[in-house]
Amino acid sequence: MFTQLAWRNIWRNPRRTAIILTAIFIGVFSMIIFAAFSRGMADGMVDNAIDNLVGHIKVQHPDYRSDPDISHRLPDPNAITAELKSLLPTGAKITPRIRVEGVVANARETAGVEIVGIHPGMEMGVSFIGDAPMDGRLIEDGDKNGIVMGAALADRFQTEVGKKLVLTTQQADGETGSRAFRIRGIYRSEIEATEKAYVFISYTAAEQLMGEKNCATEIAVTLPKEYRNGRLAPLVQKCRDALEPYHVSVNGWKDLMPAISAYLAMFDAFLYIWFVVVFIAMGFGIVNTVLMAVYERMREFGLLKAIGMRPSWIVRMVLGESFFLLAAGCAAGTICGMAVTYYYGHAGIDLGAFAQGVKMWGMSRVIFPAIEIGDVVAANAVVVVLGLVVSIYPAVKAARFTPVETMRQN
Amino acid sequence: MNDLKLAWRNIWRHTRRSILTMMAIGFASLLLVFMLSFQFGSYESMIDASVKLSTGHLQVQAAGYNEKPEMRKVVPNPGVVMDILSRTPGIEAFTARSQTFVLASSEDRTRGIMVMGVNPETEKGVLSIATLIREGEYLSPRAPNTVIIGTLLARRLKIGVGRELTILGQSRNGSIAATVVTVGGIFKTGIDEVDRSTVQMLLSDFDALFAMDGAVHAIVATARELLQVGEVKKALQNDPGLKDLAVLDWVDLSPGLKQSIQLDLVSGIIMYLILIIVVAFSIMNTFLMAVFERTREFGVMMAIGTTPRRLVKVMLMESMFMTGMGLLFGMLAGAALTQYFAQVGIPMGGAADLMAQYGISGRIFPRLSWATLLIGPAMIGVVTFLTALVPALRIPGLKPADAMKAV
Repeated sequence: MFTQLAWRNIWRNPRRTAIILTAIFIGVFSMIIFAAFSRGMADGMVDNAIDNLVGHIKVQHPDYRSDPDISHRLPDPNAITAELKSLLPTGAKITPRIRVEGVVANARETAGVEIVGIHPGMEMGVSFIGDAPMDGRLIEDGDKNGIVMGAALADRFQTEVGKKLVLTTQQADGETGSRAFRIRGIYRSEIEATEKAYVFISYTAAEQLMGEKNCATEIAVTLPKEYRNGRLAPLVQKCRDALEPYHVSVNGWKDLMPAISAYLAMFDAFLYIWFVVVFIAMGFGIVNTVLMAVYERMREFGLLKAIGMRPSWIVRMVLGESFFLLAAGCAAGTICGMAVTYYYGHAGIDLGAFAQGVKMWGMSRVIFPAIEIGDVVAANAVVVVLGLVVSIYPAVKAARFTPVETMRQN
Repeated sequence: MNDLKLAWRNIWRHTRRSILTMMAIGFASLLLVFMLSFQFGSYESMIDASVKLSTGHLQVQAAGYNEKPEMRKVVPNPGVVMDILSRTPGIEAFTARSQTFVLASSEDRTRGIMVMGVNPETEKGVLSIATLIREGEYLSPRAPNTVIIGTLLARRLKIGVGRELTILGQSRNGSIAATVVTVGGIFKTGIDEVDRSTVQMLLSDFDALFAMDGAVHAIVATARELLQVGEVKKALQNDPGLKDLAVLDWVDLSPGLKQSIQLDLVSGIIMYLILIIVVAFSIMNTFLMAVFERTREFGVMMAIGTTPRRLVKVMLMESMFMTGMGLLFGMLAGAALTQYFAQVGIPMGGAADLMAQYGISGRIFPRLSWATLLIGPAMIGVVTFLTALVPALRIPGLKPADAMKAV
């Protein structure tokens, strides 16, 4: 009966109800849109970073990260790869790489780059180079003198597909070695810094350049979607335990990119603070509306009490009214918010106007808003729970009216 | 009774309701004052960091050098440029620089790096590397053939203060340039890219080593005020003495910086608009009720000869009183909060590492200015006025006889 009473009560003044519903609607709607948009932005940033030769799990020499030198290569990459294969779920992609710092030069220019020896066939769906847009083509497995460079670097070198480049780097024995390569392709990346940072040669060519067989500096693993977040940590631990005898370090992407994980953690906090801020803005309206609804019905509450209604029932009734307001506003806001997000989740939002700024922060140019159920639940929970909490004030006011006092008022 | 008094008293007929409305407005303006100050504070530290660490406010370079830095694109007579800069009002300090890519080898490591020739005397006034020395000492004209290197580079070359470094590159005329220098100091900017790949040496050493013949690659200058940069740039561009050279400001030198500031500002403004709209709807009920519950009263007043115009005026005064008090409260509290944090700074916790990559320290200091104090409250004021206008404009449509019958 309370339910019915409360429901009918809120429609006694449709205009007032409509206005406060609009406030709640806009609040919840904006919370969801905002959350989805910034999640999409963060996801894009993480994906870009993982794509950038990081991967979800990486096996390296324990000292390689602080000092990326060929002397810190993996002890027995083939055995480690075989071991990983037996540990990881089907669908995981495992690829060894040789990564060293070096110098690339032609007749005009010289630049410091990172030389990456890859198995081209195995990079597909693992890192950006596997399917980067390219002039010319990607090198092939076993290509002994082919090289692929970034468009920005090629531009600086004023060179093109078919021309020659010389790579110089420190070899496995500590001596400096140089080899000439022919440009097979020029790749483009979303981030200009990437185009300037990496040149790719085949794994075989890298072995020759280093003067050492099997000198992978890292083994990168790309996991199927369902293992990328929550189930990542146990998997990393499992690999770490199994690879113990090799004395290598095994890290998940969150450890590989501490700055980005820290950003993601701060991002969550920021989002929830924003939810509360928007709520406070509409909270004043909710209290005021419910308060008005209570005060103009003083006589009614007095009468109800006079005929024997308990104060606690009155509290329940008033809270019921605000619950309906909150629930209806939230439902409408959530549905519209999700619909809009769903639409843009496929179409994407192009931030082309801020292309340089977007690149600077390592984000994608096109953002695909992503709904996370946790955010939707949090937004609704914040509004409904806090909305009910602030409604206690007018509800208790209503319950305290005494029959005699209120009946005297007109 | 005059209208102001009438409006004022009307507000206090519903103390609780009026206070809640004012608090909603006050809360929103407090938040906007603080957030805008915070945003502008962080932009300023971003620009400052980038300006102080690498680009300066302005640079004079050979045309085309910024797009494609090449050894041969030089400013041939830096003395002439410096003369012009020293008599340009608004310029605070300037220094000459050259840079090129070389191979640097320590005993057992070789890396490709960027070597920069700087003048330590004038460099100090423009860029902040001198204050970031962690070990050893900054460059000095009394110690030729000495360099300072970044921390990460030092680690990668396995080299420390006092050790030797072999530099191999190409000089301006295309011949090979090679020398052995001593590491005099190690600096840490916090920006990995810089710390990993930069070596600085005396400009005079650079000149001799790379056969620069007195030419440099850039004259880096700072302006007295960030806001004057545009003006100074224009003045320099119009100077006949610089007509063959390119005058660039920090936006040209790091275009990503300005756009990321714009991106952040736009997303901030969207958030604020959402907040203001929510607040507007949340206070609309108060304004609306103030009209509807007093229909009878308006009928009576019109019947005794009050013009509808005057009633609308009183109604708007009421809502503007409330808005005004709310805004005033919000601005005062917002300014107080901002000033407090401007003193102690806001620690950025986990994001500090990420920001260090862009040269921002671990704390952000919000910066209160007239703009950040007034923009937010002004927007709220306009929106609440529009919100109040809707119900108030219904008054002229009332017919005294019908209105008096209303409950």
